[in-house]
Amino acid sequence: MYQIIVLVKQVPDTRNITTKTMKEDGTVNRTALPAIFNPEDLNALESALLIKEKYGAIVTVITMGPPSAAEILRESLYRGADKVILLTDRRFAGSDTLATSYILSTAIKRIEKFDIIFAGRQAIDGDTAQVGPQVAEKLNIPQITYMQEVLHLNKNEIKVKRLIDNGIEVLKSKLPVLITVNNTSNTPRFPSIKQMAKFKKAISNSELTKVSNTLKYLSPELYSEETLIQNRLLINEWNLEDINADPSLCGISGSPTKVFKINYVTLEAQETKEILPNEKGIQALMQELIKEHIV
Amino acid sequence: MNKKQIWVYIENTNKGIADVSKELLSKGRELAGRLSSYNQKTELCAIWLGSNIKKNVQMLFDMRCDKIYLVDHPELKDFKVLSYTTNLVENIKKYNPYIVLFGATSIGRELAPRIASAVRCGLTADCTDLQIGDIEFKTNKKAYKDLLLQIRPAFGGNIIATIINPEMHPQMATVRPGVMKTLELLPTGTGKGEVIALEAKIRPEDFIVEIIQKIQEEKKVDLIGAQIIVSGGIGVGNKENFKLIKELAQTLGAEIGATRAAVDSGWIHKDHQVGQTGVTVRPRLYIACGISGSIQHLAGMQESKQIIAINKDPDAPIMKIAHYKINGDLNRIIPMMIKAYKEKE
Repeated sequence: MYQIIVLVKQVPDTRNITTKTMKEDGTVNRTALPAIFNPEDLNALESALLIKEKYGAIVTVITMGPPSAAEILRESLYRGADKVILLTDRRFAGSDTLATSYILSTAIKRIEKFDIIFAGRQAIDGDTAQVGPQVAEKLNIPQITYMQEVLHLNKNEIKVKRLIDNGIEVLKSKLPVLITVNNTSNTPRFPSIKQMAKFKKAISNSELTKVSNTLKYLSPELYSEETLIQNRLLINEWNLEDINADPSLCGISGSPTKVFKINYVTLEAQETKEILPNEKGIQALMQELIKEHIV
Repeated sequence: MNKKQIWVYIENTNKGIADVSKELLSKGRELAGRLSSYNQKTELCAIWLGSNIKKNVQMLFDMRCDKIYLVDHPELKDFKVLSYTTNLVENIKKYNPYIVLFGATSIGRELAPRIASAVRCGLTADCTDLQIGDIEFKTNKKAYKDLLLQIRPAFGGNIIATIINPEMHPQMATVRPGVMKTLELLPTGTGKGEVIALEAKIRPEDFIVEIIQKIQEEKKVDLIGAQIIVSGGIGVGNKENFKLIKELAQTLGAEIGATRAAVDSGWIHKDHQVGQTGVTVRPRLYIACGISGSIQHLAGMQESKQIIAINKDPDAPIMKIAHYKINGDLNRIIPMMIKAYKEKE
């Protein structure tokens, strides 16, 4: 049985910013953006699930984020993940890609054996594509980026097709390997209704602490830790001590890059010439463009 | 004190040195000038890995390099991220450059993070501008002189962030192809500098990933180099109508662009995508047809010198940034444009 780890991230949905999520000054209102499963991480999860179906595998999904990131772990369970882990600690906040990859790799080292790590090519909030290769380096394993397709997998070797600038490459690697996945690689499956019915009750340690004692008393089958663990409904949370990380390498202190300044992009109005949508208007426009040597 | 150095990673392509490396050397020259003072010169250095490349170094001197660090070895013929990382990390640690720049190509974007992780330094992806500046933090009164300001869009192009690496050097960045201007070459053979041949470190464990096959085609779509771009968005309506965009482009001798929505609808290949996740362009003329103007798209084209927007919606954001706006149906207007152009020609 292959052991597969999938790295995922919860991100603000930056793709469809509408006037509703813009402030009056034309800048984006980040808090109004819904938090979603990073799209290419769904492709990474799908790649793992395809291997699980074809070759047999245990799929463990790991995310680092605030306690609310438990939501994308539930979504992973709905789709067929076997285990989920939430890395959450205030001391992880403010991590750049280097600190993030340190935290992720430290957590992965706690997991006994893994054959393949899948991650999305990049996250839509930063578009850096850095964390995958950085985790691979920290684990001292090879990396294959921009994966399009797993062509073959046998005991300790994988063959994949990947996209490079203006072309493709077919690579063969020994396991373990970290692979980042493109959005064109596959179509992520929808959550299964059956799994959803089961795992919507999955609850993280932080969420459990917020459940009132009365509720716990009234519904021990939903909220007792032992029952939850038995039914695979407890979302494991690991903090800094759990993964034995060096605090100076986490969060802001472990991040060499600092955001010095942010400028919001606003639409600057130009001096606009209105061209009438008729033959005459268009003729005049084309004449002007030719005269000005623009066309 | 050692001279400060700016390193530019020279990327190899089938046709020689990648254009983005030339762009980075030009930008690097500017930054080196900015960092140099009357008694302390900053050197612009190329770091070049490959096989049988030694004979081509003059070209890099003609691109104004002061020094070329060369790792020339048959085993480095093909780019392999592990062997390239090993050799770069070794020498970055040895020579401790102040700045290291890579193109944000498929190679640069997988190589630079692996290196940054091993060297334990900061890395900023996909910069669209680089500057030198002095920074003072009001909160802790810490001040830094001559830092590299790494400027990049983030958050789907909705913000422009300035990133710095104040303490853990080198300051590393990948830079988008096509955004930095290339300086003209010095007259052939007149550039002068020093070649430093470095010993290649070849370890068997760096070759456990094998290249079975590699197919790279000549780029068919050149949006970055295009002077005129005719671009279509979701407002074009369907694949059939998209032929109009192609027809106008053909008439004007233009390249065809598209929004992500048009690409996702399957009307045209992804190579034509302009915007935050596609290509950044700055042509002489950009004709936006049926494009409402999402920030992601605008981020990739708003620096076009002239913009014509054709849209049914007079309030579409694209109309605000256009120099010429035509409020109407592109299915009627584009044929009129083609006709008017052919008559005048």
